[in-house]
Amino acid sequence: MRVALFLTCVNDTLYPDTGRAVVKLLRRLGVEVDFPAGQTCCGQAHYNTGYRHEAEPLARRYAEVFADYDAIVTPSGSCGAMVRELYPRMGERARAEGRGDTLARTLAPVVPRTYELSEFLVDVLGVSDVGAFYPHTVTYHPTCHGLRALGLGDRPLRLLRAVKGLELVELPGAEECCGFGGTFAVKNADVSTAMGVDKVRNAEATGADALCAADNSCLMHLGGTMSRLKVDMRPVHLAEILASTEEEPLV
Amino acid sequence: MSGTSGGTYLGMPAFPEAAHDAVRDTTLRGNLRHATHTIRAKRAHAVAEVSDWAELREAGKRIKDHTLRHLDRYLVQVEETVTAAGGTVHWAADAEEANRIVAGLVRETGESEVVKVKSMATQEIGLNEALEAEGIRAYETDLAELIVQLGKDRPSHILVPAIHRNRGEIREIFAREMSEWGRPAPEGLTDSPAELAEAARLHLREKFLRAKVGISGANFVVAETGTLVVVESEGNGRMCLTLPETLISVVGIEKIVPTWRDLEVFLQTLPRSSTAERMNPYTSMWTGTSDSDRADGPRTFHLVLLDNGRTDTLADEVGRQALRCIRCSACLNVCPVYERAGGHAYGSVYPGPIGAILSPQLRGTGSEIDASLPYASSLCGACYEVCPVAIDIPEVLVHLRERVAQGGTATREGAKVVLRPAKGHAAERAAMRAARWAFGRPGALRAGQRLASRTRRLHPRTLPGPGRAWSESRDLPPVPAEPFRDWWRRTNGGEDGAK
Ligand code: SF4
Repeated sequence: MRVALFLTCVNDTLYPDTGRAVVKLLRRLGVEVDFPAGQTCCGQAHYNTGYRHEAEPLARRYAEVFADYDAIVTPSGSCGAMVRELYPRMGERARAEGRGDTLARTLAPVVPRTYELSEFLVDVLGVSDVGAFYPHTVTYHPTCHGLRALGLGDRPLRLLRAVKGLELVELPGAEECCGFGGTFAVKNADVSTAMGVDKVRNAEATGADALCAADNSCLMHLGGTMSRLKVDMRPVHLAEILASTEEEPLV
Repeated sequence: MSGTSGGTYLGMPAFPEAAHDAVRDTTLRGNLRHATHTIRAKRAHAVAEVSDWAELREAGKRIKDHTLRHLDRYLVQVEETVTAAGGTVHWAADAEEANRIVAGLVRETGESEVVKVKSMATQEIGLNEALEAEGIRAYETDLAELIVQLGKDRPSHILVPAIHRNRGEIREIFAREMSEWGRPAPEGLTDSPAELAEAARLHLREKFLRAKVGISGANFVVAETGTLVVVESEGNGRMCLTLPETLISVVGIEKIVPTWRDLEVFLQTLPRSSTAERMNPYTSMWTGTSDSDRADGPRTFHLVLLDNGRTDTLADEVGRQALRCIRCSACLNVCPVYERAGGHAYGSVYPGPIGAILSPQLRGTGSEIDASLPYASSLCGACYEVCPVAIDIPEVLVHLRERVAQGGTATREGAKVVLRPAKGHAAERAAMRAARWAFGRPGALRAGQRLASRTRRLHPRTLPGPGRAWSESRDLPPVPAEPFRDWWRRTNGGEDGAK
């Protein structure tokens, strides 16, 4: 099985540790993973802000760059949902605009082969205990696109529960949006901030050391809010917890 | 008189500005949080009880889609069946025409006051204000609408228009305002729910017994029989529908269902979605008029079928699903943005997620508020998940963002028009193009990332200019020493052991 990492533009630029964690984790599980250098961005920000036509070339590039892989793994529920849910829709819209089937046909092959990390681990590799060690109290925020668009369900929680030393505590109001929402965070900064503050206060109330999620963009918003509110809690991506071991713990 | 006209709150600022104060109003935030979280949990429970909810949801969606696809046919059928049952059908292309028709009908009766059943359509067209201008007083009889009317306020929720008020505020309004409108509030009124309800009951009873004209909307119109249906909890609707001699119903053309049997689906999904009840306490159905002298109910019945932007909405392939809405308000109750911004920020009688997709379609995206509504969402998808007719609200929001940002074709007043991109999006458009250009060239992307990494010690954790919207409340993450792609290249994907 040829497996590619689709890291996403945000992670590539701002969160390389998450990328390294995915590589380390998959190698530990015996999966050789490739990082095709032609990858850039899935086009989600363009699409969701109303620039669908600008997103199309990025989607075509994605389909091209990842054409030869059996599985494309991404540590982002949101970008995973872009490919799986919205690429088919882009194809349909192009068809409805009288531009034929070309876009739909170009994008179709990569759609079912794209997996969010926890899906790949649980569904494809069939593991929930990845041999990780993380001796901390953790609370988990299921990000919206992973939760509702991809339907990740309890996969991330199953993975976390199997981590040695980790104590999982329930986040009150877990399924409420954190308020990031891409350009929403700046276009409606007041409401976005209010949502972020509520999420952070809920996380703080659990007494956990770390707030875990499977999307760094949401964690960037929450981490930035924590830092501003001087809340002593660490935002951490699921991949980094799962990559952590007794020999090489995440510090 | 409040500044409504055709459902547009004149001079409303864009959503972000309107939300600015609401977010900081702790009483409002508390009221909304308490109310929405309570009903949210109850709804979830009421829905979980139904084993075939997913099928009911799908059935509701299909019935509505079918009806909308053949609306021309069903509208003609409604006209025939209602007329055959003794009613009179009127067609109103827009709010102004509908108001003119209703005012004319009331004037013909010689009456100068009417009692009203809670109705979104009449709110949408600003009927009360239009009647007032004609010297006709309209009394709202739904408890929450009464609170809004007495408080000279605006509704902020579809189902619970006074959701932004707490009991203490309601007591104040009753004690202060009731005497202006009729029977005053009892001396020493407290804020206990029973006392408040009793005060409203006594105040309204007078109006019910006196009124000769009732005005309603309808939740459904059954085409095959010409039957109108109103579902409610309080019984005030039943009073307005049976006591007056003349009944005038203003109904949006999308409220039609083909057959009586179709009600089976919606009479299950609507109460559970809106009030979390298995069945609403009152379901009133009427077909035309009662012709025998001893029968109850109005002797004269008028149905005003309202378009007001609906046909234009129907012309849009993606946006038309908004017309499936049965106004249950479940999407408002789960919406994190609505919970914090409040209903008034949406500048329309349709607040929350459904308002954010309905108003810019019914009214167009020309005004500041309407052009900002498609962005009033984090696209979290909670609304779509609960919608009993499966309206993919995030999909329509994104579609409307495209219309605002890029322009394109739309239908206005029946004619295809080419819309220009809304003002204020030029910089964003340029940024999106630039980002697409860079993302189309990994080399350019890498150069940008490297520059950021090399200068990372200079980066502040807050930003000037437009970035302030981010950094006023959130610190920026530190920029890493090198982007992942450089690390991958340098270490051969980490194989070289380098960190
Ligand atoms: S959009 Fe759906 S959830 Fe919202 S009010 Fe309409 S029917 Fe209810």
